Amino acid sequence: MSANLVAIAYLIASVFFILALKGLSSPLTARRGNLFGMVGMAIAVVTTLTVTRNWALILACIALGGAVGAMVARRVQMTAMPELVAFMHSLVGLAAVFIAIAAVNNPASFGLPAILPMGSKLELFLGTFIGAMTWSGSVIAFLKLSGRMSGAPITFGGQHMVNLILAIAMVGFGLWFFFSETTNWTAFAAMTSIAFVLGFLIIIPIGGADMPVVISMLNSYSGWAAAGIGFSLGNPMLIIAGSLVGSSGAILSYIMCKAMNRPFLSVILGGFGSEGGTAAVSDGTQKTHRSGSADDAAFLMGNADSVIIVPGYGLAVARAQHSVKELAEKLHEKGVNVRFAIHPVAGRMPGHMNVLLAEAEIPYEQVLEMEEINSDFANTDVVLVLGANDVVNPAANVPGSPIYGMPILDAHKARTVMVVKRSMAAGYAGLDNDLFYMDKTMMVFGDAKKVVEDMVKAL
Amino acid sequence: MIGDVDPTIINLTVFVLAVFVGYHVVWNVTPALHTPLMSVTNAISGIILVGAMLAAGPAETDWGVWLGAVAVTLAAINVFGGFLVTQRMLEMFRKKDKKGS
Repeated sequence: MSANLVAIAYLIASVFFILALKGLSSPLTARRGNLFGMVGMAIAVVTTLTVTRNWALILACIALGGAVGAMVARRVQMTAMPELVAFMHSLVGLAAVFIAIAAVNNPASFGLPAILPMGSKLELFLGTFIGAMTWSGSVIAFLKLSGRMSGAPITFGGQHMVNLILAIAMVGFGLWFFFSETTNWTAFAAMTSIAFVLGFLIIIPIGGADMPVVISMLNSYSGWAAAGIGFSLGNPMLIIAGSLVGSSGAILSYIMCKAMNRPFLSVILGGFGSEGGTAAVSDGTQKTHRSGSADDAAFLMGNADSVIIVPGYGLAVARAQHSVKELAEKLHEKGVNVRFAIHPVAGRMPGHMNVLLAEAEIPYEQVLEMEEINSDFANTDVVLVLGANDVVNPAANVPGSPIYGMPILDAHKARTVMVVKRSMAAGYAGLDNDLFYMDKTMMVFGDAKKVVEDMVKAL
Repeated sequence: MIGDVDPTIINLTVFVLAVFVGYHVVWNVTPALHTPLMSVTNAISGIILVGAMLAAGPAETDWGVWLGAVAVTLAAINVFGGFLVTQRMLEMFRKKDKKGS
């Protein structure tokens, strides 16, 4: 195929990638969007095959990787999506590094001059270090999310200083590589190794609760890594696809930070958000709360006109999604208007809770985002909070509170609030929740799944 | 005149415009689909497969080819895994018309 035809095929593939993301603006068009993405990728791969040799090797590798990918995609649990995504980010990062090394080794195979021009060296430097950091950062994120490594932040004295020195050293080796007349493998290898180490160091101090931000950020990195390789190879399709992914991840990081009321920089610098929650900050006064049984709660909900369910990650941990669906159906049969209110950080990654509810076959029209439903709480009879805490803490409206300014679901405005929880322990922010002590609040203690099942029975 | 422009500048032009397109398209994605967005962008960043194929496919074979082959395998996991898991998730986002619960 002529170079011009290849370029045009790549352009078509790029347009398909844009359409793929555009499709996700609504669940109705999303499946078609995903199909567009697959078509774009198929065009890209087939076109590239016409300009490469070693077909047998390449196709065998694609078949092998494809089989592994298909198997993983079929088997993964929806609760484990964050781990899967982190794992896949790491693959992109590593692939980017390998491609960059191969390009330095044999520039001709990428249509580059044998003595790499400065521009290409700079681009290879960028692609390699972003790729290397994506790989090691994602590996740590994967280990933390899958529980193979503690979610607690790992910090040590002078951490930021060490990172800064390493970053300067990395740039130094990069410059050495850049200004060397021949291919300087020493500089390139040193620069790449430091980037790997930096990736580890940057993610270890970030706690489990901040993982939604980290995973979005690594999503962004993996896109920039692909774009960086696109620059090195002078391939606009890689640049376009990489930029789409990069900006998508960046936007998701921004949304997550905003939802957690945390400045992006302080998340990245880390040390906050230890897994499991710290002890509640007590203000000395003994506050009283009212508790009731699942039967009482079921009775109240059965007689209500409208119920809003606020699910948190505790619901997913207890694997109670299907019981909740039954509960919603039972209430629906009784003529109760049941809806779900989702806070942006309800799961372990952006939109995670929506997927978990969809998996339980809860129709997506009943599942509303915070902005869509917040004004309805005041007119709602019963709010059922399941395994959520900080996202319904009215302290966010009190100036001076550590979480002041954090967007919350206005559960406290409803006529009656019911909270299903294991104990009175505080959430990730380590704050006591005034919602639990309000007169109209009833605490139902126990495992979320067990409690919801009891409610279903009582109805 | 455009012929004298360094290819890097042209790439930069493409890059900046693509970031703008990405920015606008992604803000239109409904928050309910942010997880599928992440998995599909994962698959799309598997486009690096194209670079890996070039690394694995030069005429003369040396160790760089094997590195390329490994990269092809890794990127293929991403492409297939990403698109298929996205499809699996999107299948779940159905309206309730089916069973009429």
